[in-house]
Amino acid sequence: MAFLKLTFSKNKRDKLAQVLWILNWVSVVTGILLFSMGLFLKVEINKRVELMAERDIQYVPNMLIAVGLIACAINFLGGKICYDCVDTTKFLRWKLILLPYIMCTFFFTFCVLVGALMCYSMHGELEESLNLGLTEAIRFYKDTDTPGRCFLKRTVDLLQIEFKCCGNTGYKDWFQIQWISNRYLDMSKKDVLDRLRSNVQGKYLMDGQQISNNSAHFNYEHQTEELNLWMKGCRQALLEYYTHIVQSIGLTVLITWLFELSVLTGVRYLQTSLENGLRQGDLNSESDGWLLENGPDNVPPKQIPEAS
Amino acid sequence: MVLLKIKFTQQRRVHLAQGLWLLSWTAVIWGAIIFCLGVYLKMELLRRDEVMDNTEIHVVPNILMIVGLASIGTNWVASCVCQDSLDATRFPRWKVLLLGWFAVAAVLCCLLISVVALSFILQGRLEESLKVGLRNGIRFYKDTDVPGRCYQKETIDRLQIEFRCCGNNNFKDWFEVQWVSSRYLNFTSKDVKDRIRSNVDGRYLLDGVPFSCCNPSSPRPCLRYTLMDNNAHFNYEHQSEELNLYSRGCRQALTDYYMELMNSTGPGVLSVILIQMSVLLGMRYCRLRWKESWLWRTQRARFWLVDPIATEGSSEDADLEKAEKEASPTPAS
Repeated sequence: MAFLKLTFSKNKRDKLAQVLWILNWVSVVTGILLFSMGLFLKVEINKRVELMAERDIQYVPNMLIAVGLIACAINFLGGKICYDCVDTTKFLRWKLILLPYIMCTFFFTFCVLVGALMCYSMHGELEESLNLGLTEAIRFYKDTDTPGRCFLKRTVDLLQIEFKCCGNTGYKDWFQIQWISNRYLDMSKKDVLDRLRSNVQGKYLMDGQQISNNSAHFNYEHQTEELNLWMKGCRQALLEYYTHIVQSIGLTVLITWLFELSVLTGVRYLQTSLENGLRQGDLNSESDGWLLENGPDNVPPKQIPEAS
Repeated sequence: MVLLKIKFTQQRRVHLAQGLWLLSWTAVIWGAIIFCLGVYLKMELLRRDEVMDNTEIHVVPNILMIVGLASIGTNWVASCVCQDSLDATRFPRWKVLLLGWFAVAAVLCCLLISVVALSFILQGRLEESLKVGLRNGIRFYKDTDVPGRCYQKETIDRLQIEFRCCGNNNFKDWFEVQWVSSRYLNFTSKDVKDRIRSNVDGRYLLDGVPFSCCNPSSPRPCLRYTLMDNNAHFNYEHQSEELNLYSRGCRQALTDYYMELMNSTGPGVLSVILIQMSVLLGMRYCRLRWKESWLWRTQRARFWLVDPIATEGSSEDADLEKAEKEASPTPAS
């Protein structure tokens, strides 16, 4: 007995073919959407690539771009096939290609599901990459005269302005590194020399004292002051931003997967019912369609022994 | 004498109507685009409403929006006329409207040209408006506790960051106002008292600027205070220092931005003018001297750009009259 068998009249088959044609074109559109979202994510990641350490996160947008393109191609072909299935003569052209096409679509649908899961699993690697990248960026903030790092100051400044954040985890990260270049420090001044001597590495560390010292500023209490500086850390801000993008993309991929699954099921039914119709000799009559010829709990038909 | 006379065969007349129909729909789309451009420009002007003194410049996006909508309507009517122009039974109902249509289309073309002119003429007024608006904005920067002005500081800061500008004409505008609120000044401090006594109005003036004037592209962390004193900072000369703060004034930055926006709508507006005029011309050619029986019996029709009303004695007109008399049936006596 076949798995999930359904009977199709000629009318039902034609309607199925039409519905599948529409579904295929909808899937082409979602494929294009996926492709553009993958491209968008790739551009967004590359914009901030200076702030990310070397981690394997490029695979997500690359995968999305590939899935989008393949979805377009497969569903375009599928649309053409379904359109032709209504006509008997045209169907015979595609007869041999149908089964390989269904296998490819099955494999592709599985890939789409894996892709959706990948989107949601990117979070951990992204956080680690941002953590390391931002630490390095803050450390090299002062190196505006070092080739390869001279634009890091501007990048970090614009990042903090745009994302309304300060430092890696918080603003206190800036107290632990020297972010003013030695070119602008007057080494003959006592204050500067004191600061340089206040730590083992001889770094000019700034003003944990000023911010934490309530008497340095009039009408100021650092414990309750919330609006003076951005309170959020840039790692969290960037993580939230990218997570938001990737989650919406993940949702689109899941919807694409559902469409692909329905297309796959429909095309399988169409293929089996058309082939059964051909086997019966009359494509205009009723025929059975199924997902699998041999179901999970059936026995293959016994061979009838020839009468001796 | 007729102006720009063209002979049309039946085939050519069909082609003209079809081409005109297509052109009308193109004009409808362009009208929609002009309307959207007007809406966008209006929204951009409204966003920076707080730093503008008057709303004279709003006349440009208002006209764009009106013209866009009118253009959509007018050209949609034109497309209907074109569609019906080949059908003898349906065309007569449009005949009455055609003159009115010509008038509206001509007015639209004039309005479009005036928009292009206005956007250049009003540049000076825009600058004046921005000058006054920004001056007030800078003056009320410190009034974060006054209702109605409490967001002025945030507005000016965001403006300076977004447009990469500082002050009205340049950063020295900040030296002339007190931009630190008195709530945060320690009046027992000698420095504060000195500064307040240094000017007639008793304002706390300093040669410093807010943080939003800082240029992130500077290789040096931003210097905001004692900008005119070379000795106050190591390795600093205010005469040659260019990258520390934004050098452009906000009035210049905003004027450039809006002029660029209006100039970019220029090509769109000019294309609409061209398309509208072609539709106008085409419709004029399409307007038939409606003599039903003569027209549909003969294979050739003559079309004029200007009605030969004053050409009674012309031979062409005489031929026409003769042909009409021969073609039309004589009324029964």
